[in-house]
Amino acid sequence: MIKGTVIIDRDICKGCELCIVACPQESLGLSKQININGYRFAELVQDNCTGCVNCAIVCPDVAITVYRQPKSALKKAV
Amino acid sequence: MDVPTTLNGYELIYKKPSTLTEKPFHYCPGCGHSVVHRLLMEVVEEMGIQEQTVGVAPVGCSVFAYDYMDIDMQEAAHGRATAVATGIKRILPDKFVFSYQGDGDLAAIGTAETIHAVNRGENILMIFINNAIYGMTGGQMAPTTLLNQVTSTSPYGRNKEAMGYPIKITELLAQLPGAYYVSRHAVYTVNAVRKLKKAIEKSFAYQKLNRGTCFIEVVSNCPSGWKMTPVESNKWLEANMFPQYPLGDIKIPKD
Amino acid sequence: MEQEKTTNNEARLMKGNEALAEAAIRADIDAYFGYPITPQSEVLEYFTNEMPKRHGIVLQAESEVAAINMIYGAAGAGGRVMTSSSSPGISLMQEGISYIASAQLPCLIVNVNRGGPGLGTIQPSQGDYFQATKGGGHGDYHLIVLAPSSVQEMADFVFDAIRLAEKYRNPAMILADGALGQMMEKVVLPQEGSLPKVSKPWATVGKPASRKRNIITSLFIEPEKMEVINLGLQEKYKQIQSEVRYEEIALDDADIALVAFGLSARICQKVVDLGREKGIKVGLLRPITLYPFPKSALNKIADKVNFMLVVEMNAGQMVEDVSLAANGKCPVYFKGRMGGMIPSPEEVFAELMSIIEKQSVTQD
Repeated sequence: MIKGTVIIDRDICKGCELCIVACPQESLGLSKQININGYRFAELVQDNCTGCVNCAIVCPDVAITVYRQPKSALKKAV
Repeated sequence: MDVPTTLNGYELIYKKPSTLTEKPFHYCPGCGHSVVHRLLMEVVEEMGIQEQTVGVAPVGCSVFAYDYMDIDMQEAAHGRATAVATGIKRILPDKFVFSYQGDGDLAAIGTAETIHAVNRGENILMIFINNAIYGMTGGQMAPTTLLNQVTSTSPYGRNKEAMGYPIKITELLAQLPGAYYVSRHAVYTVNAVRKLKKAIEKSFAYQKLNRGTCFIEVVSNCPSGWKMTPVESNKWLEANMFPQYPLGDIKIPKD
Repeated sequence: MEQEKTTNNEARLMKGNEALAEAAIRADIDAYFGYPITPQSEVLEYFTNEMPKRHGIVLQAESEVAAINMIYGAAGAGGRVMTSSSSPGISLMQEGISYIASAQLPCLIVNVNRGGPGLGTIQPSQGDYFQATKGGGHGDYHLIVLAPSSVQEMADFVFDAIRLAEKYRNPAMILADGALGQMMEKVVLPQEGSLPKVSKPWATVGKPASRKRNIITSLFIEPEKMEVINLGLQEKYKQIQSEVRYEEIALDDADIALVAFGLSARICQKVVDLGREKGIKVGLLRPITLYPFPKSALNKIADKVNFMLVVEMNAGQMVEDVSLAANGKCPVYFKGRMGGMIPSPEEVFAELMSIIEKQSVTQD
């Protein structure tokens, strides 16, 4: 399966959890820490992100940047 | 903000559009407003029309919409966004003009301006955020508040005898010959967001045809006003709002 | 034919409302937004007739509320724009005018004043003096207010008002009345193209990469910022004082000064004639700008006259400003008619004579 990852801007995340619900891989969860605004923020909790972008699409705060393995890399691995 | 285009050999596939400013959104956690802001600006970026777009912000929670969208904008008085947008479009007929309003703004205090802008077939895009409540002033009853819905000014639930019915203004507007494209959307799931973005893209493209008004309602949430978590609010929206405000196209161009 | 119409500067016989509208087209306005109301509907009718043949946009809005907000949008987009209405309609516009004043958008608003309050009467009145000169809507602001007293000035002041509005980025108002709007007089119209367009770098016309975005707003939610905006507006109003205009008639040797604007000033001109015929040294000061108000001119006159008589078609509004200007240096009397009634020169003269009598009794 293609691999991806996300960078979540923890300072602007408000911990609404919409990304967590939207993630088909259950890769995301809420942190135990709080950010500068007092919110628990979303973070990767499993290393199984596929870079499907769902989390970023529903994120109301545009806090998520998504990266994915290039398709060429995937072919090589196979 | 510049983000690296690669990360440990991975390619960048989604980032914040450059047409949004650096300012973090002030909206409550989980609010749909900023998703719609972002989609508008994604479309503006992708169509390369930042220089040709002028927006009109309302009075309501999205009163500061112009703080986030990196385009020329005007802030209208409560309810008057479509009159302001009319003024702009008449002076700048070749520009893309959109108005952005909530339910109180568009369907209560601004009903006359709303109906007549559509009836004239103003070549603008009207975005209508319907979350059945006055969010900014603290959760009062809106024209679109559902029957029996509890708000701070319908504390025993909206009763039709005293407070009338939730207004389906979008269906009403679709009756007008000036309406070219009328569609109802939501931002509660990934697919819904994708569909809304398509509708916004179409509306901007239609604006160039000068065939009439494009009107998009977004049935949205208000976790703070509804007193729910964002995740709960999206479930409540699906169960309660959609039966009254069903999603989908209401009027599509005939040709 | 068209060419002939726009460049012909021969004297013509025109209604005040039509002269105003024709002048606006010659002043190269980009758009007019309005709603019908007596006694100024001819303005909208003139535009709907002429604009399609010439240049510019005319739109009959669904209400005065919509019309003034279209003005906000169009002025904010850099257009040279105007609206017109009469008293009840101007009341409806007050919200939008307040926003326009705060957002500092140049535009022309014409009030062909009729009698009030309420639906009132369609006959002429000056009952909107307070509304026009003190702001009218909410918050601390002023319009630049010009008061014509002839059909010629109905036309000329369109140019003056637009020039001032654009110079100061401030809404300007022409405060006329139903009689000036409806009456026909000889008028020489201003030359088309004689009011060059000004650059408006603040307008929302679409943001090029080369500049920051332009925002037209009246919302400054932090009190520290709002106060800075307020102070800026007040500073602007101070500068606007230099634009004060007034007309002095027979005041050089006058013992008595009449003070009147607009239609009342025309009546008072006749009163000056009546007085002079009888050897009474009476003169007239006619404020042309009601905001800025000719305070210092009036203050100087108060030094040398026995009394002032303010004549208005209302219950006594400008008289308050005249009294403030006179600052106790001389008595200030008032003669007014309301309800659409126009005072006759004879009745004003009779009032003048009765004051003279009272004064001589007091002095004896």
